Amino acid sequence: MADLTSNFVGIKSTNPFWLASAPPTDKEYNVRRAFEAGWGGVVWKTLGEEGPPVVNVNGPRYGAIWGADRRLLGLNNIELITDRPLEVNLREMKAVKRDYPDRALIASIMVPCVEEAWKAILPLVEETGADGIELNCGCPHGMSERGMGAAVGQNPDLIEQITRWCKQYTRMPVIVKLTPNITDVRKPAQAAKRGGADAVSLINTINSITSVDLDDFAPEPTIDGKGTHGGYCGPAVKPIALNMVAEIARDPMTADLPISGIGGVTTWRDAAEFLTLGAGNVQVCTAAMTYGFGIIKEMTAGLSLWMDKKGFTSVDQITGRAVPNVTDWQYLNLNYVTKAVIDQDKCISCGRCYAACEDTSHQAILMKEGRVFEVDDSECVACNLCVNVCPVEECITMKRVAPGSLDERTGNVVPAEKGDWTQHPNNPMASAAE
Amino acid sequence: MTNSPQTDGVVAARLDDATLAAHFDDLYPDLDAHEARVAADRCYFCHDAPCITACPTDIDIPLFIRQIQAGQPDAAARTILSQNILGSMCARVCPTETLCEGSCVRNDAEGNPVEIGRLQRYATDGLLAANEHPFTRAPATGKSVAVVGAGPAGLSAAHRLAMLGHAVTMYDTRPKPGGLNEYGIAAYKAANGIAQAEVDWLLQIGGIAVETGKALGGDLTLDGLKGQFDAVFLGVGLQGVNALRVPGEDLPSVRDAVDFIEELRQTEDKSTLAIGRHVVVIGGGMTAVDAAVQSRLLGAEHVSIVYRRDRGAMSASDYELDHAATEGVTILTNAMPVEVSAAGVTFAYTRSGAAGLEKTGETFTLPADQVFKAIGQTLKGQPEALALEGGKIAIDAQGRTSVAGVWAGGDCATGGEDLTVTAVAQGRDAALDIHAALGA
Ligand SMILES: Cc1cc2nc3c(=O)[nH]c(=O)nc-3n(C[C@H](O)[C@H](O)[C@H](O)COP(=O)(O)OP(=O)(O)OC[C@H]3O[C@@H](n4cnc5c(N)ncnc54)[C@H](O)[C@@H]3O)c2cc1C
Ligand SMILES: Cc1cc2nc3c(=O)[nH]c(=O)nc-3n(C[C@H](O)[C@H](O)[C@H](O)COP(=O)(O)O)c2cc1C
Ligand code: SF4
Repeated sequence: MADLTSNFVGIKSTNPFWLASAPPTDKEYNVRRAFEAGWGGVVWKTLGEEGPPVVNVNGPRYGAIWGADRRLLGLNNIELITDRPLEVNLREMKAVKRDYPDRALIASIMVPCVEEAWKAILPLVEETGADGIELNCGCPHGMSERGMGAAVGQNPDLIEQITRWCKQYTRMPVIVKLTPNITDVRKPAQAAKRGGADAVSLINTINSITSVDLDDFAPEPTIDGKGTHGGYCGPAVKPIALNMVAEIARDPMTADLPISGIGGVTTWRDAAEFLTLGAGNVQVCTAAMTYGFGIIKEMTAGLSLWMDKKGFTSVDQITGRAVPNVTDWQYLNLNYVTKAVIDQDKCISCGRCYAACEDTSHQAILMKEGRVFEVDDSECVACNLCVNVCPVEECITMKRVAPGSLDERTGNVVPAEKGDWTQHPNNPMASAAE
Repeated sequence: MTNSPQTDGVVAARLDDATLAAHFDDLYPDLDAHEARVAADRCYFCHDAPCITACPTDIDIPLFIRQIQAGQPDAAARTILSQNILGSMCARVCPTETLCEGSCVRNDAEGNPVEIGRLQRYATDGLLAANEHPFTRAPATGKSVAVVGAGPAGLSAAHRLAMLGHAVTMYDTRPKPGGLNEYGIAAYKAANGIAQAEVDWLLQIGGIAVETGKALGGDLTLDGLKGQFDAVFLGVGLQGVNALRVPGEDLPSVRDAVDFIEELRQTEDKSTLAIGRHVVVIGGGMTAVDAAVQSRLLGAEHVSIVYRRDRGAMSASDYELDHAATEGVTILTNAMPVEVSAAGVTFAYTRSGAAGLEKTGETFTLPADQVFKAIGQTLKGQPEALALEGGKIAIDAQGRTSVAGVWAGGDCATGGEDLTVTAVAQGRDAALDIHAALGA
């Protein structure tokens, strides 16, 4: 059986699934129950400075996007950091850590961008026995208006600065949590590294308005007739998060920087995908908020089974396995030619591939007598749209045209050797292919 | 409750009131909003969708289902009703398993079609419940049309004609409009007064005068109508019934199934309806099934449908026959009646031979205190001038009869399938042709 224990920047946990800093990790009561359910670690709900805590809105703080059968696909929130006093959180963290020494307990922190503030809070956190800290440079609403959260995360210099302070004032590992609300995620990651961060975690939530009330003409969630942008998370954000994780993992400047992958992790498979793209572990929020803590059993059992099937014995054997295969467009092999093939036995004759290709692609699907749909190889550009819209799994597949045979669309023989844009005759910058 | 299913003879109140009420309530309840969204999400929005082709009224099914998905069942209802003004009743009575749902690609995918009928009902019932009539009349054309028969064909024609701006007078011999929707369809398919509610809603278009208690062949003549109106549409259905032609047919225990059903539909308090302990229904169509099932629902202990050919030749669909079987009806095939007596019905076994159906020589007798004849309805009392074809009024693709200025559609005319939905389609199409012919 695969060993799921995880060692992330020296922080040990029974499995690589941590609960992300959010309502599930807001207090001792929740965290104890999460650990009982089997979660490997938690990043405690973000702590603020000593003194009167922040307040939350008292109207609705979540909005959502649903798929078929009201499956929750995306969640949006306008919650702030913890609204409980610092001392209470610290006391509870200490009690929990004492009772669950084999689980990871990370303190998420967000205090103003001044050295004194960080210097003041770090010893208090350290005293709880926490395994590490996570700097919340991502909260996209409310806190950012006060110069914290995403306001820091969007400024690489500030990231570098607070990371440096933290490394200076604590011996705990420092994880910098990044915001996706930026143009190039590599820049804040590089800044964190320059500041001495042990790891980055990403993504925090994405600026969003989930919907508009068409009677009140106000964004949702609506509070007394007004709304504000919230942070988007859940299954809908996974593709964005995966890309950002991969960008950092393959950037030579941060390639060795450990990553905690966050964003839409809902099943073991999502976790495995984050790991292969460079994450050392994953954090989960929305899935737990949607289904409760019990989902951890599916995640650990699923990851373990998959690892057994693949012959992996430990989590670090997975981390980064797909990174070498993430490349730039210009290096993709243009001589790799495929064509869509429709399995007539599986086809249910809905005609969606036809509508999609005929109306919006390359008019490469023919509708024949009796609702029989066939691909015209002389038109198919292998875009994959028909595969994506077909409701039957594996009914349409892309088959490679073997090198040496004719591509009916171009009239050319498919070359055996790789050829990419950097060598292509249409590319004015092409280097002559040898 | 004074009697039980085991009480001998033809008696009322075999079941208690609560059981009877449950038996004659809706066969399927309406989908609620969430169920509808889930069911709607299963539609693939097929290209050139086969379900549209399979619907005799050509409803744009993927469009209306998408409108439900998009949160606007009222828009869906408009899509349905613009093609089929009796969309609500059709959603209840159409044999969808052989029409739209039968052609759904999901049958190939997982043997389970999109629930088109129930989705149609969800959309149209919402509009009916809100009592909103979504259509308005075109400016008056000054032309007038007589519609004879207020069944599905007549109602559909009248509505379309009124919408196009013509002044319509609709005649029916019966006291209530609706045709078989009101007098024939099984009670559990048309529960809670839906037939009259739908007619009332339909008439909100305006421009349709309804005159009940007036019969063509009685107060009205075809020539009289032709003289008084610019066009005439006939949707008189089938008013005759075939005879068994066996000894004992005239015994008091023998009754036409359509009469029985009509009485049942018009009786509010089902506990007053008398039904036999042993009921035998002779026939193989929808009427036989409905008579048999409703006999069981009234509390008859043993009910059998006996059909002279094999099961494949029965015009009732598999779905209907399965429903009958589930309700405890016994279905016997390859047996024809040879005699009815006070004790029961004697049948001869049959087989198909060189000269068609022949008796094997063996017989059996089923005990019966009540016998229903459901061996087909026929055209009756139609105006002499009209040419017939196969026992029905001959019409062309536009619904024109052999007499100029007279159109026909529904069960009384050729080209349909003796279904509510084909009657609606023919009524609508004839109205469009009348409109074109009137040149208004
Ligand atoms: C018991 C039974 C169950 C059925 N179940 C189903 C079902 O589940 N699904 C389905 O799709 N179809 C079913 N049908 C068939 C369906 O009811 C008919 O196909 C449909 O009603 C035909 O409509 P129509 O307008 O042509 O005729 P009808 O509905 O018969 O209407 C004809 C109207 O004309 C009136 N009329 C007749 N003669 C005259 C006259 N001389 N002057 C004035 N008015 C006249 C009648 O009173 C009646 O109102 C069933 C039929 C029966 C008998
Ligand atoms: C209601 C809510 C509150 C959150 N609060 C915090 C927070 O206090 N600190 C933080 O670092 N992230 C916070 N997050 C972000 C989550 O930790 C996580 O990064 C994000 O939701 C993406 O993961 P997911 O798709 O698994 O939910 C919050 C998210 C939600 C939904
Ligand atoms: S791969 Fe693209 S171009 Fe080829 S048949 Fe499918 S949709 Fe058309």
